Amino acid sequence: MSSIAKANLPEYSVSELSQALKRTVEDAYGLVRVRGELSGFKRATSGHLYLALKDADALMDGVMWKGQAARLRFVPEDGLEVIATGRLTTYPGRSKYQIVIEAMEPAGAGALMALLEERKRKLLAEGLFDANRKRALPHLPEVIGIVTSPTGAVIRDILHRLADRFPRHVLVWPVLVQGDGAAAQIAQAIDGFNALDPDGPIPRPDVLIVARGGGSIEDLWAFNEEIVVRAAASSTIPLISAVGHETDTTLIDFASDLRAPTPTAAAEFAVPVRAELRESVADLGRRLELATQRLAKDRRTSLDALTRNWPLAERLLEVPRQRLDLAADRLPRALSGLVRLGEARLARTAGRLSPQNLQARLAEGHRRQNDLGRRLKPAAARLITDKKNALQAVGRLMDSLSYRSVLSRGFALVRDDAGRPVMKAADTRASARIQIEWLDGSQQAVISPEAAPKKRKEPTNPDQPRLID
Amino acid sequence: MTDKQIDPAKLSFEEALAELEQIVQKLESGKASLDDSIDLYARGSLLKAHCDAKLKSAQARIEKLVIGPDGVPSGVDAQAFAQG
Repeated sequence: MSSIAKANLPEYSVSELSQALKRTVEDAYGLVRVRGELSGFKRATSGHLYLALKDADALMDGVMWKGQAARLRFVPEDGLEVIATGRLTTYPGRSKYQIVIEAMEPAGAGALMALLEERKRKLLAEGLFDANRKRALPHLPEVIGIVTSPTGAVIRDILHRLADRFPRHVLVWPVLVQGDGAAAQIAQAIDGFNALDPDGPIPRPDVLIVARGGGSIEDLWAFNEEIVVRAAASSTIPLISAVGHETDTTLIDFASDLRAPTPTAAAEFAVPVRAELRESVADLGRRLELATQRLAKDRRTSLDALTRNWPLAERLLEVPRQRLDLAADRLPRALSGLVRLGEARLARTAGRLSPQNLQARLAEGHRRQNDLGRRLKPAAARLITDKKNALQAVGRLMDSLSYRSVLSRGFALVRDDAGRPVMKAADTRASARIQIEWLDGSQQAVISPEAAPKKRKEPTNPDQPRLID
Repeated sequence: MTDKQIDPAKLSFEEALAELEQIVQKLESGKASLDDSIDLYARGSLLKAHCDAKLKSAQARIEKLVIGPDGVPSGVDAQAFAQG
């Protein structure tokens, strides 16, 4: 820069320059649409929203004042791609600039669908869409509550179809079905119908229809809002949702008890066809009459059939009477026969009772006694003989074991004159008489006087017992 | 027919219709005794009359609720709501 150029340049104060810059920015970008990803989103207690919009290479601070923020149709969150409409301004005190957002919407259907999916997952996880929460619709509701716009084709279609099928008491709760505050009104209407006192001045509906005609996903967005979905899920009055066309699905359809493809279909689900019902009641009435009449007629026919073949009393008695006669005829004979039978048995028994019988048994006793007597003597004699023989046998055995068996082998027994065996020479005296016994006999002998015992002197032991005494 | 002698007037249309159907089927089967069939017929007639009354009571009555500033319906506005 040259010094001349320097001299020609006006000199700003910081404030002047900042203000000039502010004017330039605000004039040039008084209304812009900018697309970017939400970042650092924060909702201040004051209700203002602070956020930043960014893309891959740049970031811009933004603010959305409370008044505008209330009109948002979605809940901003970080990472959501949005299109913000607003104006740029600077903040001279900090050398900063930012966008003041007037309106903001998710960028494109893709972003909205992603938001929808995310919310659906969350509510599903909470169990708001569980099948066991679904209530059955009443067959014939007395009062039908309709939550929809009071103007337009939707309410007309529903009322027409109800009138065609079954005119009912209809309560319409008028609501906005799109735009600012629509979701809050719809939720309040569902809650309000549920809160009605059944005995109050306004009758509590038996079924609810929440309806809206077709539109873009943004138009139908109120029916995706959590507040509406929660109200529908917690409704104790069975609720039919009919939002958009058949191909549109909003989150209220998952929470409702029945999803109707169109508002007209909702009316068809809500009430049966009266003419058909009248016909079926009339048919039941006819069948009731006919069945009752036929039942009575059938009973009459059965009764007639039975009585036609009714046996006469006389004939009924014929067979029993005949049996009685037969029995009466047989009775005396039977009696006398029985007596004869008894007599015969008595005779048989008496015959067996005669004294001959007893005498025969007595004779038999005598005979047995004699017989036994005869058998007694020989038996006793035989017994004695047997015992004798046995004794002799024992005697022989004893002999065989006695001293005589020794004699048979050539020995002789010497006895003294008293008959006692003489066992030792010392026991003999001179001139003593002895007796010698051989096997076949004995001889008297005398011991010679000079043959006195002297060979050996054996002390006699007076204690020693004698072998043979 | 002693097990459910509920006053037909207290039955919903659907309940009354269901019971009427049962009675007709029972009579048509021919299995009911003569005494029972008389009771059944009487009961069936009452139920049919009740169903007829419910069907005859059908009148279109369309009301638009007037929502107060507190969000609670404060009344109905029958005139303001033009049908069709």
